[in-house]
Amino acid sequence: MSAPSIALALRALRLTFRRPQFLIPLFLMPSIFLAVNVGGLTATTRLPGFPETTSFLAFQLPAAMVQSLMLSGLQAGIAVSLEIESGFFDRIVTAPVARLAIVVGRLMAAAVLGAVQVAFFLLVGVLFGADMAGGPAGFVIVLVLGALAGVAFAAIGLAIAFRARQASIVQGLFPFVFAVLYLSSAFFPEELLQPPADTIAAINPLSYIAGGLRAPIAFGLQAAPILEGLLVTAGVIVVASLLAVAGLRWRLADGS
Amino acid sequence: MAPKTLPAAPQSPVEGASARLPRLVDPSAVRALVRRGFNEILRVPGASLPGVISPAIFLVGLVLVFGSATDLPGYGTDSFLAFVLPVALLQSAGFTGGATGVNLGRDIEQGWLDRLLLSPTSRTTILAGLVLSAAARVLIPVPPLLVIAIALGAPMPSLAGFLLILTIVPLFCAVAATWASVLALKFRSQQASPLIQASILSSILFSVSYAPMELLQPWMRAIAEHNPVTYVIEGLRQCFVGEITWVATWHAFAALGGLGVVFATLALLSLRRYEG
Repeated sequence: MSAPSIALALRALRLTFRRPQFLIPLFLMPSIFLAVNVGGLTATTRLPGFPETTSFLAFQLPAAMVQSLMLSGLQAGIAVSLEIESGFFDRIVTAPVARLAIVVGRLMAAAVLGAVQVAFFLLVGVLFGADMAGGPAGFVIVLVLGALAGVAFAAIGLAIAFRARQASIVQGLFPFVFAVLYLSSAFFPEELLQPPADTIAAINPLSYIAGGLRAPIAFGLQAAPILEGLLVTAGVIVVASLLAVAGLRWRLADGS
Repeated sequence: MAPKTLPAAPQSPVEGASARLPRLVDPSAVRALVRRGFNEILRVPGASLPGVISPAIFLVGLVLVFGSATDLPGYGTDSFLAFVLPVALLQSAGFTGGATGVNLGRDIEQGWLDRLLLSPTSRTTILAGLVLSAAARVLIPVPPLLVIAIALGAPMPSLAGFLLILTIVPLFCAVAATWASVLALKFRSQQASPLIQASILSSILFSVSYAPMELLQPWMRAIAEHNPVTYVIEGLRQCFVGEITWVATWHAFAALGGLGVVFATLALLSLRRYEG
């Protein structure tokens, strides 16, 4: 963790929190969907095959978290694209700063923002009556997994941004965030999804990340989903970070 | 040399006043504003894609995820697709109406609205042009969305159903565009975009969007019962679930009329305040 990485991370965080229009998709939109799902679909817990849970709100909280974290990753990509378009990226590249710091700084900011995001939704859950089935240990696990998932999605955003030539291309991926979400078990138990979503959800990494966040909140400290969540998140971080660094190198070599 | 002729003086003070004051609604100016709205679509075709793609993803995604909800009693259909299709149609109308506000924010930032206000055009004409442009533009995403839904198994609406869809959806779009214009005139910037879209989306979703009234949580039921958009959704839903009834139809039009009057008044007041 070099000083330039920390400086770039702090800059990214300042820019995010200074502009409310950046925060609305991260906090307000997932909160709206959370409220609508809970208000409209709580009765679905009566469906045969729905697992025993502390509450439907607790079950839905991880869906809001991953939605927020994915949008945050997309915004990290948009921010980098705008920096490339505005010329800020070129000025950073010509400065005496290790090029890897550009990626690391963004990912550090994503980790902090990710922890803030999941803490926000945990607070919303507690305020509206959700119990934390995993207790204080579960709270810590959710914070750590949320921060790691934030890094994973930001790395995907960066990998796309370095390859895309315009911020509008990255921005155009917004609907696909929801496509990936709907093809996972983030919102509903895998057994109750309609085909082919049930089959796709079984191999969608997002299902495991949501499952890892869900267990400590809605079911308790179950080792298997938590470990699966951590392992899958780590795998996404490694692959996406390698792609992001490769994208950065391509951008520097391409120069356009 | 022929003597120069001066323009004829007004015959009376009343006639002079009518010559200076713009008409309440000038159809040719409205047509020009609607054409300008269509030019934006024709010149940037990609701009109309979110109006189709987002509601289509939303519709298919909801059905794949929550499709088994209709196993619960109360839905009146075993097809969740038929149940949520009206929500996707209104979402499409909401996106298109919201885009009108975002474009107005851009026009304010670039000074175009100021130039328009300097022209001898009434404020009602300007508002009518913006709103009618949105109502006409929403007819672009509606057919593909209906085709996708019917291809996936949604029931084919009757002729009366089609007519209702082609009336209610543009009217809702006009209402959304009027509300979006109020927000754009208040914030005077495209940065109001998230607020515009979030408020329109919330008005659609905090209703009977995902479940019938009797299955909603008590707090959600309280909101849905007082949300006029509930009646709009039910008016549209009868085209796909159950039969078309006079009561559901006039409730939908009454809700749209009420919302339209309130938001149009607010928009005209906002325009006046903007000039001030």
